[in-house]
Amino acid sequence: MQKDNVKLKALKAAFPHTIPILAGFLFLGMTYGIYMNVLGFSFIYPLIMSITIFAGSMEFVAAEFLLGAFDPIKAFLMTLMINARHLFYGISMLDKYRGTGLKKPYLIFGMCDESFSINCTAEIPEDVDKGWFMFFVTLLNQIYWVSGAVLGGVFGSFIHFNTEGLDFVMTAMFVVIFLEQWLKSSDHKSELIGLGLSVLSLIIFGADGFIIPAMAGIFAVLTLMGASEGHKKAVKSF
Amino acid sequence: MTVAQQIITIGAVVLGTVITRSLPFLIFPAGKETPDFIKYLGRVLPPAVFGMLVIYCLRNVDFLSGSHGAPELIAIAAVTLLHVWKRQMLLSIAGGTIIYMFLVQTLF
Repeated sequence: MQKDNVKLKALKAAFPHTIPILAGFLFLGMTYGIYMNVLGFSFIYPLIMSITIFAGSMEFVAAEFLLGAFDPIKAFLMTLMINARHLFYGISMLDKYRGTGLKKPYLIFGMCDESFSINCTAEIPEDVDKGWFMFFVTLLNQIYWVSGAVLGGVFGSFIHFNTEGLDFVMTAMFVVIFLEQWLKSSDHKSELIGLGLSVLSLIIFGADGFIIPAMAGIFAVLTLMGASEGHKKAVKSF
Repeated sequence: MTVAQQIITIGAVVLGTVITRSLPFLIFPAGKETPDFIKYLGRVLPPAVFGMLVIYCLRNVDFLSGSHGAPELIAIAAVTLLHVWKRQMLLSIAGGTIIYMFLVQTLF
């Protein structure tokens, strides 16, 4: 009984944080299901792929793999490149996911952009269990995504209302989270480094190849800054 | 492609995704002390990552032709103003999305 209360409380606290994702994922998931439907795949494909892969943009690319020649090594290596940004999420969540017990493997498995964003930034109330909160954020997001993908896969061809532009809900959410980070920090070094180097990398390398150089640049600059700060501290304590 | 080949292909994508998500946790297990440098990165990375994610969302916007990214820039400005003014996450997200949908469906 006590245990159920803890879970229910965490679910109630988690749900409002996932509302933008409910809108975004149902829509994007449906887009993905319709895309698969148009390519000639049964809804079983988006169902299984959205459950097992659970990485939005990657699932669109995976559909292309399925249509091309059989080359699992290429599929694997391209996945590593496209999803490399998750490495940064993992490093950021090492502490937060600590002590979440059996929920931890699922939290890591389900760490898509959106789940990471909420779990990394949400201010979880003191009396709510953090592990269950993050678990439900991740689970709800995956339920939205899978539901959208299946709905799109089954009913794709019957849907006719003007949803053009609805996908902007995800961009808007990341902008808001970025603003929250900005408003909370005293210096805006990290924010500016992330934004500036990504723009620079996008201009130089283009849409398909900018993430890895951007990550390398961000990593290098943050490392140098950390080293110089560490140096200052060492001098001070001396 | 046969069904077996399809399963292997999807498996390769699942494996790749799981590796990118779990690698930091495998290298720095909870039981051991995480190096100070990684702790530092864990602190300073998120704000930079969200900057990167915003750009990631805009990566396919063509700023040189067509609408020159005007709907995106106007909607982001609206999100920013709404958020600084009211600081209500859902309001900022919904407001910006509605403005964006209006812009791309009617004006651009």
